[in-house]
Amino acid sequence: MSQPLLSVEDLRVTFELHRAGDLPWTRPRLLRAVSGVSFELFPGETLGIVGESGSGKSTLARALVQMVPATGRAVWQDGADLIALSRRAMLRYRADIQMVFQDPLASLDPRMTVGQIIAEPLRTHFRDLSETERKSRVKAMMDRVGLLPNQINRYPHEFSGGQAQRIGIARALVVQPKLLICDEPVSALDVSIQAQVINLLSELQRDLGLAMIFIAHDLSVVKHISDRVMVLYLGRTMELAESRALYGDPQHPYTQALLSAVPIPDPAAERAKVVIPLEGDLPSPMNPPSGCVFRTRCARAEDVCAERRPELTRAAHGVACHFPGPVAASAGRVPA
Amino acid sequence: MALLEITDLSVAFDTQEGVVNAVNGVTLALDRGRTLGIVGESGSGKSQIAFSVMGLLAKNGRATGSVRFDGREILNARPAVINPIRAQKIAMVFQDPMTSLNPYMRISDQMAEVLVHHKGIGKSEAVAEAVRMLDAVKIPDAAGRIRLYPHEFSGGMRQRVMIAMSLLCRPDLLIADEPTTALDVTVQAQIMTLLGELQRDFGMATVLITHDLGVIAGFCEEVLVLYGGQVMETSPTDPLFESPAHPYTRGLLAAIPRVDQEGEELDAIPGSPPNMTRAPKGCPFAPRCAFAGEDCLDHLAPLSEFSPGRFRACNRSLEEIA
Repeated sequence: MSQPLLSVEDLRVTFELHRAGDLPWTRPRLLRAVSGVSFELFPGETLGIVGESGSGKSTLARALVQMVPATGRAVWQDGADLIALSRRAMLRYRADIQMVFQDPLASLDPRMTVGQIIAEPLRTHFRDLSETERKSRVKAMMDRVGLLPNQINRYPHEFSGGQAQRIGIARALVVQPKLLICDEPVSALDVSIQAQVINLLSELQRDLGLAMIFIAHDLSVVKHISDRVMVLYLGRTMELAESRALYGDPQHPYTQALLSAVPIPDPAAERAKVVIPLEGDLPSPMNPPSGCVFRTRCARAEDVCAERRPELTRAAHGVACHFPGPVAASAGRVPA
Repeated sequence: MALLEITDLSVAFDTQEGVVNAVNGVTLALDRGRTLGIVGESGSGKSQIAFSVMGLLAKNGRATGSVRFDGREILNARPAVINPIRAQKIAMVFQDPMTSLNPYMRISDQMAEVLVHHKGIGKSEAVAEAVRMLDAVKIPDAAGRIRLYPHEFSGGMRQRVMIAMSLLCRPDLLIADEPTTALDVTVQAQIMTLLGELQRDFGMATVLITHDLGVIAGFCEEVLVLYGGQVMETSPTDPLFESPAHPYTRGLLAAIPRVDQEGEELDAIPGSPPNMTRAPKGCPFAPRCAFAGEDCLDHLAPLSEFSPGRFRACNRSLEEIA
């Protein structure tokens, strides 16, 4: 395979939480939102990131564009470390890395017209572009995402959620980025509109050769759009594999439980399905379990899981578990 | 006689933008102990049907038609008529458990209040019954945790509390409005399994309102597909998924990516959902329907039975949309 576009190594995001009434010298409590995540992303590839709320998937994406402070390395293809760059130096890479957000209406300035919204990144990143050139790029991009030319002077509130998300996509793509980060881009949309936006994203990605990081809690949507998928739990990678392998032959007990919980719109398949129950609640990220973070809810957990953290294996199908294996193998296993 | 019988229910709201016709002539019936799923997208009117039944419509809303519960007309009923039925006979579970629980009250007080008010039993007896109900919804250490406040529970546990509270008076009918939409998928699976078990144990009729056809497939015996405030199709669950009889239902099923299948391009439904301020004329789905003709913009054929227990409202015949 070619050179990776982005190599992320041991990425960590830690938030310091001060309680109300804390004195200035009180040591803050630490919330480790992302701990030690590593992956590579290749040009033109879509990496799906799934996890439940609080798994750190949005924080991970934000860390890559310095929207939250992080440690570790995120090396761009030209050798620059996105985490260590100064704010000024980062600006240059912001054109290459664009984001699409969950709530399409909230992420558009209500007092700007569609034309102004889509032109704004061009004004920031391509300052020497002439007015006519800028206009023509905006119009071409509107056409590309399925917006009508006569909508250029409208305001965001005049659009439905699906149309507003098209504006957000146009704004992200107008500067011709190499990487598009989509953070729950369709979860606020109705089912019939979701499919339109998913199709648009995969079509654009194919035609423009974009690499994409696609974050969603909906495992069916992620499966549909991703080449490879990473499963996060409490800020750590549980499993990272090609989409077909991860969904067809999941090795990590958490991935297996997650997949078994997805409702299938087919009554016969729903009845045949065996849901692997997850006991208890998600532990607090302020006080994660020792060793494997998933062990408190895992049917396979043994003493070693509390003592040693399993590392993500460096194979094509990576899994972070002391007892990986298919579901059937674990079914007969008696927890110690 | 059906437990719940809704006939030609319409709900309209007076707003600054004009009259919003949220529900337009919905008819349905539900027998004791049965489960019905109402599926629709945002703005399809699915929640307004539930609110009309419960007498919880917003002040600017007007409901017409008929809602009969156990043979008795309850639509727009006086508080003296509807109050004894609410909570005791019909209970409701809402989408967001945090905003439906009182943040200032301990769970014990909130739950006991229901029994003290509706059943007239003493406080300590009521709390004991509440603990039993929390046990039934599998909240660990129910006797200890009933003293806590809502914010001390996780989202899934709060929804269990809501369900326990709704079942306190052993209702004949439970209406669950998007009960798992705010929850993570593993928690959703737990809650839906729990609801299924409780439904069987208590034998109550259940209306499940959701946008998720997957949740419907796993829970309901019958399905009603709503679009633009009108019933497009209603059917027992299995045949609906096997051979959807309305272009909208077909479109919806083809537009969902499935976790158990390999992904090809999704068949998206073109266009956007209808603007509900328009007059309820013709088929609401017509502007997005591949089979629509001029006649569809003008009128919509009434729901008619095309095979035992299955109804559809479409101007085109089944052969024409095959």
